[in-house]
This record gives sequence, C-alpha cells and structure tokens, in this order.
Amino acid sequence: MLPTPSTSHVCFDRVYEPAEDSFLLLDTLSSTSEAAFLLERFAKAQSAPPLVLEVGVGSGVVLAFAAANAGRIFGHQDVLTLGTDINSFACKAAAQTIRTAITEHEQNTSISLDVVNGDLASCILPNSVDVFIFNPPYVPAELPDFARHGDYNGLPDGQKKTTFEQDSYLLELSYAGGEDGMVVMNRMLEQIPEILDAGRGVAYVLLCAQNKPEEVKQRIREWSPGWRAETVGSSGKQAGWEKLQVVRIWKEEA
Amino acid sequence: MKLLTLNFLTCAIKACKSSPASFPLHPRDVELEIVESDINLPFLKNILPRLMWAELRTIAAELGLPELPETAPTRDHLVEGKEEAKEGEEVDEVPSQTARDLHRVLLETTVKEGKLVCGNCAHEYKVMEGVPNFLLPGHLV
Ligand SMILES: C[S@@+](CC[C@H](N)C(=O)[O-])C[C@H]1O[C@@H](n2cnc3c(N)ncnc32)[C@H](O)[C@@H]1O
Ligand SMILES: [Zn+2]
Repeated sequence: MLPTPSTSHVCFDRVYEPAEDSFLLLDTLSSTSEAAFLLERFAKAQSAPPLVLEVGVGSGVVLAFAAANAGRIFGHQDVLTLGTDINSFACKAAAQTIRTAITEHEQNTSISLDVVNGDLASCILPNSVDVFIFNPPYVPAELPDFARHGDYNGLPDGQKKTTFEQDSYLLELSYAGGEDGMVVMNRMLEQIPEILDAGRGVAYVLLCAQNKPEEVKQRIREWSPGWRAETVGSSGKQAGWEKLQVVRIWKEEA
Repeated sequence: MKLLTLNFLTCAIKACKSSPASFPLHPRDVELEIVESDINLPFLKNILPRLMWAELRTIAAELGLPELPETAPTRDHLVEGKEEAKEGEEVDEVPSQTARDLHRVLLETTVKEGKLVCGNCAHEYKVMEGVPNFLLPGHLV
C-alpha cells in the first residue's frame, strides 16, 4: 500500500474530508491493472510529462497521491498537476497538500502547477489533459443556492473567521449532486471530450449506485465511435445504498 | 500562480474557446513574487515539447521579464557541459543560462495579485493571494 498524503493542515469544517470515495480513487489509480494500463499509455517513447487534472480537489488528497507516486502509477517521475475547485478554501488547502506530498518523495520530480478557483474545467485549454480525475458531488440532494457563492467563497469582509452558514454551504457544494446526484457530473461529462488530449487522454470519474452507473457508461459509449467506459474499481458492495465505483473513460483509435 | 500554469489555461467563457485570441490569458496590473526552487534539469528538458513558446514569450515580454529567445530551446541548449567527474562518480549535467532563465520564468515567477485578461472578450479574472478566480456569474445558476 502506498502511503496516503497528509491532510492534517486542512480544516474539514469547510473542505471535504477524505472519505471512502477518495480512498477508492487512490486504490484504483494504484491498482496493478490501472498501473499497467497507464504505463502502457504513457510510457510509450514519450518523454513529455503527462498533465494530470483533478476537478474538485477538495483537500487535494487524490491529486497529491497521484503526483507523489507518479513513477509507480504513470511510469513518469515527473507529472504536472493542475487542480480546480469551486471552493476557494479547498484550492488553498489542496495546493499545500500537493506541495508537501511532492517534496516528501525525494526522487520525485513532479511539478505542482496551481489549484485554480473555478467551475469544473471551464478554464482549461482544450485538448491538453492526459489524465483527468473527478470525485463529484454525487449525492441525490438539492443543489445549494449559488446566489450566495460570491459572499461565501472567501472570508467575510474584515473577518478572520467563516460563519456557520458559510461552512454548511461550502460542505453542501462537496456532496449535493441534484437529481440522481448527476447534475454536476453531467455538466462535467460534456467537457471531457474537449479537454482530453485526443490521443492519450484518459478520465477517471467516481459514481455511486444512485447515479445509475450502467446508464451513464452507455451514454458515454454513444458519444462517438471509439469512446469506451468501464468500471475499474468499486467498493462498499454490501454496504447497501452508497455503493461506489470508479469509471475509466477513454477513446480507442477508431 | 506559476507562469507555466498559463500554458494550460484559457478564458472560461465557452464562446471564446474557438477564438485564438483567448489564449494565452494576459497578466495585467500584477504583483509578481519570486518563489525560489531547485532547478530540475530533466523536467525542463522534458517539458520543452509541451510549451507554447510564442505565447510564453509574449507573456514574459508583457511582464517586463528578460526576453526569451525567439525560438524554443532544444534539450541541448539547456545543458552547459559536463562537470569534471571524479573517479567512479556519476557525471552531473550542468544547467545552462538558458535553463536557469527558463526555470526562473516558468516555475519561480508567480503572480500573487492582479488580473488575467482574455484577449478575445476582455473579461478580467482576478488573482488573489496567488489563486486565480475563474468563476463567472453564469456558471452558478
Ligand atoms: C466529493 S468532494 C471530493 C474532494 C476530493 N477530490 C476527494 O476525493 O476527497 C467534491 C469536490 O468538488 C468540488 N466541487 C463541487 N462543484 C464543483 C464545480 N462546479 N466545480 C469545481 N469543483 C466543484 C467541491 O467543492 C468538493 O471539493
Ligand atoms: Zn474570453
């Protein structure tokens, strides 16, 4: 087992605390079968460092893990990591998590670009992402009221502390996924074909049972010829309703 | 925010993506901060094919940084020569001035405060405490 990056500096009152879903992503990315797939996809006589983008980094635990273990996972000692989150507190927390994880691995030469505050991957240059990761807000629950976002996305004017309402709002952003828990994910799926590198890009997204994963995968396969979607990791099989899975999305040469 | 990050960012407005003017974003009214780090020669060599050289040159010029060479350096341009190796020791490659400049511009020069401006729609994205904010009112409906 590869070590989990430290997130002890993160305040979990307003940033999503690593949970079963986060750990399923770590386990999946470092599983023998995914490592084999990624090595074969990225090691092929290519020296340019892969760009790994995670949307919704939260504490940064997943992206930090990918960067710190780049050699094992991607066959590259150096990857570039880029993150986004809608929650500015998460952006700052994650940047630190990633920096720490990279510097703790001595031979590791990955470069942490930045964690930007934004909506999904809307500010990412098309056709540039090699590995995409998203653990979305996936719980079927009403979306929070975004009208307050501007006020709640930073410290209140002149204050050093957030309010309770603000923290609740920021945490809601991390789990509430609207109808079927799919509203945010559906918007993300629309962006995936555009941001992924047309040749070697691959995406990992997390779904729960209520997201109707079989239907989601079928829809992806119908994007256009060549698109593939397969479950490559799962957890909580007996736990009842919150069964989680990681779906790999990629395109094979037609 | 590192300048290398600008190599991968564009305007968040959908209609701008098809316009070449939306890349790169232009730093405006910025406060730069130099955050020193160890130079990583293998990384610099490997990143070369991913750099949008003309665009990076534009950004460096706009920021008043030392001019980058007109054409992108090759891997060899980044190496000074071999350090005299002692018996049985590994030979270390020495970064050239070009490599050191590149390291300085791409990785050590950061935007702390200021704006990033789209060349197509003129939208200004704020950078605060080193974090750029790409949220648009329309995103959050
Ligand atoms: C379930 S948490 C996952 C956090 C972290 N990646 C992990 O696995 O532990 C979902 C994250 O997505 C972020 N998020 C929600 N909506 C978003 C959006 N539209 N754009 C970017 N990030 C978003 C939340 O703020 C939260 O940090
Ligand atoms: Zn624009």
